[in-house]
Amino acid sequence: MLGFSADEWTAIFLSLRVATVATLVALPFAIFAAYALARWRFPGKILLDSVLHLPLVMPPVVTGYLLLLTFGKQGAVGKLLYNLLGISFSFRWTGAALACGIMGFPLMLRAIRLSFDTIDRRLEIAAGTLGANPGWRFLLVTLPLALPGIVAGAILCFARALGEFGATITFVSNIPGETQTIPSAIYTYIQMPGGEAQALRLTCVSIAIAMVALVVSEILNRRIHRHIAVFE
Amino acid sequence: MTSMQPAISFRARQRRNDFLLDVAFEGGSGITALFGPSGAGKTTVLNIIAGIQRPDSGRVAVSNHILVDTEADIFLPPHRRHVGFVFQDAQLFPHLTVEQNIKFGRWFSRGEDVSPPLDIVANVLGIEGLLRRRPATLSGGEKQRVGLARALLAAPRILLMDEPLSGLDDARRNEIMGLIERVRDDFKVPILYVTHTREEVRRLATQVIWLKAGRVEAVGLASELPQA
Repeated sequence: MLGFSADEWTAIFLSLRVATVATLVALPFAIFAAYALARWRFPGKILLDSVLHLPLVMPPVVTGYLLLLTFGKQGAVGKLLYNLLGISFSFRWTGAALACGIMGFPLMLRAIRLSFDTIDRRLEIAAGTLGANPGWRFLLVTLPLALPGIVAGAILCFARALGEFGATITFVSNIPGETQTIPSAIYTYIQMPGGEAQALRLTCVSIAIAMVALVVSEILNRRIHRHIAVFE
Repeated sequence: MTSMQPAISFRARQRRNDFLLDVAFEGGSGITALFGPSGAGKTTVLNIIAGIQRPDSGRVAVSNHILVDTEADIFLPPHRRHVGFVFQDAQLFPHLTVEQNIKFGRWFSRGEDVSPPLDIVANVLGIEGLLRRRPATLSGGEKQRVGLARALLAAPRILLMDEPLSGLDDARRNEIMGLIERVRDDFKVPILYVTHTREEVRRLATQVIWLKAGRVEAVGLASELPQA
């Protein structure tokens, strides 16, 4: 199909699945963390802020190695999750999703936090005087007004997850069909004699997916902006 | 509620940085004006009544409902006060239509039976034609009318208005003042009206509380407020 081999298709679909799962699972955490950082005052806030942003500045290999130490079969959290819930990350696509989600998290967090910062707090106060408790205020006012930032953040995270290489390969290796995403597949083909054509094809796929993600994000953003008329 | 019960009884002390607010007053049915120059503490009083600010000490009751009593350790959160707030710049929700805006409070109000019917409110305030519009497309006067409708439909026990005419031109001010009079007469909701304009006090209010530098300077009939 389209001149792609079965292995290439596997890598493409795996990449899309890993990036989608990583983004969807990370999103609620990012919204919560962004809200906490934007609105709450608590001890250790600066520390938390820095830790959440670490994957952005640390070498991805370091992040991957830390994940291996923590979530691997012998890692403290990994052992616990496996014994309690039967969840395993080692050498599984779920591990790739975890690595990608953590690498994309700071980008998503920043975009969402920025949009929380720009919301006029008096709108939330107005909602409160109309009888909405804090939960309803968040759902009916804050969240819809932050939607452009949430969408932008999710797309950034998705794009970052598609491109993730260092942390993923360190944490869950490069197993075709399980953890070999597009970047690891490209890496493999480049190492392989005569693999240039395949590497190039997957490179084009990467570019195409990134372009589509950006265009979709732009369209969504325009729609939302028109919808909520932020430029009042 | 007996007829002797004041619509609002307010006593609060609050120190914020260099500003000390120490105010006590009672307001009846109809419109009570909180009058004074900027920096007198008028908005702070409204914020304390609405639950946006917490006084260091004091007691606030609307009809016979206690909203704040620092001695009894009572502080109702804003969403449980049934206090309507009309903001200086309306503060309409930009992502909702006019109709969704004005229905917002009714979803949370004490029940539909106590809310005035939407069509009557819309008719009195002349916003029937605006219901499907977005706030961004409204003029200043229209926004204020929608803000008033939104507060009314939440069935408030008292309506707080924070200089609702300040952003409007003379023609619009006149128009909105007429509407506020109608709201006062048709919906029988007591109104606490913050302004620094004598004209508004004399035209709208029954009673006036004159605030200056965080204290009550004088209390009297609005009709007796001196010209300048």
